[in-house]
Amino acid sequence: MNKDISQNWITSLKNRHSSEISDIKETLYLIKKSPLTMIGLTLILILVIVAIFAPYIAPHDPVTMHLDKRLAPPSKDHLLGTDELGRDILSRIIYGAGVALKIMLIVLAIDLPLGILLGLIAGYFGGWIDEIIMRIADIFMAFPRLILAMAIGAALGPNLRNTMIAIALTMWPIYARLARGETLSIKERTFIEAERALGTSNLKILISNILPLCFSTLIVRATLDMGNIIRIAAGMSFLGLGAQPPTPDWGLMISSGRNFLINQWWIPTFPGFAILLTVFGFNLLGDGIRDISDPHLRRGKK
Amino acid sequence: MLKYLIKRLMLFVIVIFGVVTVTFFLSHVIPADPVGAIIGENAPQELVEKMEKELGLDLPVGQQYIRYLKGIVHWDFGMSLRTQRPVSHDMRIYFPATMELALFSLSIAIIFGIIIGIISAVKRNQLPDNISRVFSLVGISMPAFWLGLLFILILYYHLGLIPAGGRLSPSLSSPPIISGFYLLDSLIAGEFRTFWDALYHLIGPGLVLGWIQTAYICRVTRSSMLEVLNEEYIRTARVKGLKEKIVIFRHAFKNALIPVVTMIGISFGYLLEGSVLTETVFGYPGLGRYAVNSFLSLDLNSVIGSVTLIAICYALSNLIVDLLYAFLDPRIKY
Repeated sequence: MNKDISQNWITSLKNRHSSEISDIKETLYLIKKSPLTMIGLTLILILVIVAIFAPYIAPHDPVTMHLDKRLAPPSKDHLLGTDELGRDILSRIIYGAGVALKIMLIVLAIDLPLGILLGLIAGYFGGWIDEIIMRIADIFMAFPRLILAMAIGAALGPNLRNTMIAIALTMWPIYARLARGETLSIKERTFIEAERALGTSNLKILISNILPLCFSTLIVRATLDMGNIIRIAAGMSFLGLGAQPPTPDWGLMISSGRNFLINQWWIPTFPGFAILLTVFGFNLLGDGIRDISDPHLRRGKK
Repeated sequence: MLKYLIKRLMLFVIVIFGVVTVTFFLSHVIPADPVGAIIGENAPQELVEKMEKELGLDLPVGQQYIRYLKGIVHWDFGMSLRTQRPVSHDMRIYFPATMELALFSLSIAIIFGIIIGIISAVKRNQLPDNISRVFSLVGISMPAFWLGLLFILILYYHLGLIPAGGRLSPSLSSPPIISGFYLLDSLIAGEFRTFWDALYHLIGPGLVLGWIQTAYICRVTRSSMLEVLNEEYIRTARVKGLKEKIVIFRHAFKNALIPVVTMIGISFGYLLEGSVLTETVFGYPGLGRYAVNSFLSLDLNSVIGSVTLIAICYALSNLIVDLLYAFLDPRIKY
């Protein structure tokens, strides 16, 4: 009975602190009101649909070679032309959407939990644990991202799996820093003290009280990074340190089409548009979501 | 302030030490078979052992680490297996090339980024603002290597406005090296043809990197200006009847500058990153291309050298930004 009352009190305290973005109805309304965000959202939706239904949309197989049709310019049969091995470029771009999305999701699936975990621990326990974790984060942030990803990728061996691990390892410090900052401010609040007074374990406080409140900030940041991940992965594939042939990866397509730039311009040009539009879409969406989650701007727009 | 300075410098030292340790792990501990990569997997056993001894790979990891640290303190990264020259010698040639390109494109970016950003903020939500926002969003979404290829296709092949690549035309020899910057060295030596030729070769890669950096600086300038323009004291200045030009430049821009300075520092890091891709596309003989070629041929010593040098530059630019920040914003107390 007594415990119930105190739990209710804690819940009411917590609700007062719940973040602004969790108001889904209002968020959707604000997204609809911003044309640039809508364009971004549309681009990403198209990307996702293309990636999922690639086998039904693509007119040709992305890896089968047709040496008799190599280097064909754009035509009715091959809308964007064929590459040096006679593969249909449009079909490879369509399948490439799935590759790009997969890379992005896997990278986030590695670095988000890693960053959040380390950030929560650093912020909650403080002291020397905090010092060690954050200095390691500083060191990882002291490398330009592509350079560190290249170094890790080269050390592990150049292939797509290692590229994803490498990119994830360069990005966790961002999330760790954010999660730590949020934890530092949340842990001082009354309802956490109340939980502690009730004898709740540290682990439980971290998982059920602090983690959910960090989430919106981290999701906003992750949306902003999605385009970047795809761009860095494409860069690594372009340099020969990422996806390996015959994967229909956009960066790799540009890399192998480079030698045909002057006479068969369509080979490296079209996959580049795919990268540009995808990253552009994610950046528009990320910008929009960031603006919406900013309480300052939110009040201004109402 | 002094306390902050010391703390920040200590952090710099720790970070550099960490960077060096990370590169050691990446180069000495993780790779499965660095020797095999150099002389081929089917090489005879004696050759492999001889090579391991030469590279110090037969020693225990701890000893390798100490040997490695000693080398770095003396700025000695050993021989590059690919170029057959000391890595530090290679870097002395390639690093100024990258710095010249980076500074060239950064100056483009600072000038255009700030001007466009201010116009964008002042004309908020009008046509110039919308154009500049799309322009800068496309800029930050642009894969540098692809933009470089488009430039070569259009500006070089179709319009003939830029050279195909490289740092100087083959008919010219490099100016006597003093700073390593061709633009500066050729002026000192009075070789004006070399100067114009070097400048001509900087246009392509410089514009690629410049556009992308312009985008970042422009976005920050815009949002920072918008924030400042909303402040009370700007309204006061306007009410006082000051000319709009004076309000914008003397009152608003001065205070909007702090985030812009930070962004310029950050974008220097992006430049180092972008130079890797851009130099590869344009065949520009800088540190970025050197690093890529070393990675691809698993030339360990030069990988370590170039990564360490790039990371030090990056950490240095962060240090400078932090110190400038403390200096520019008197409200910050440490």
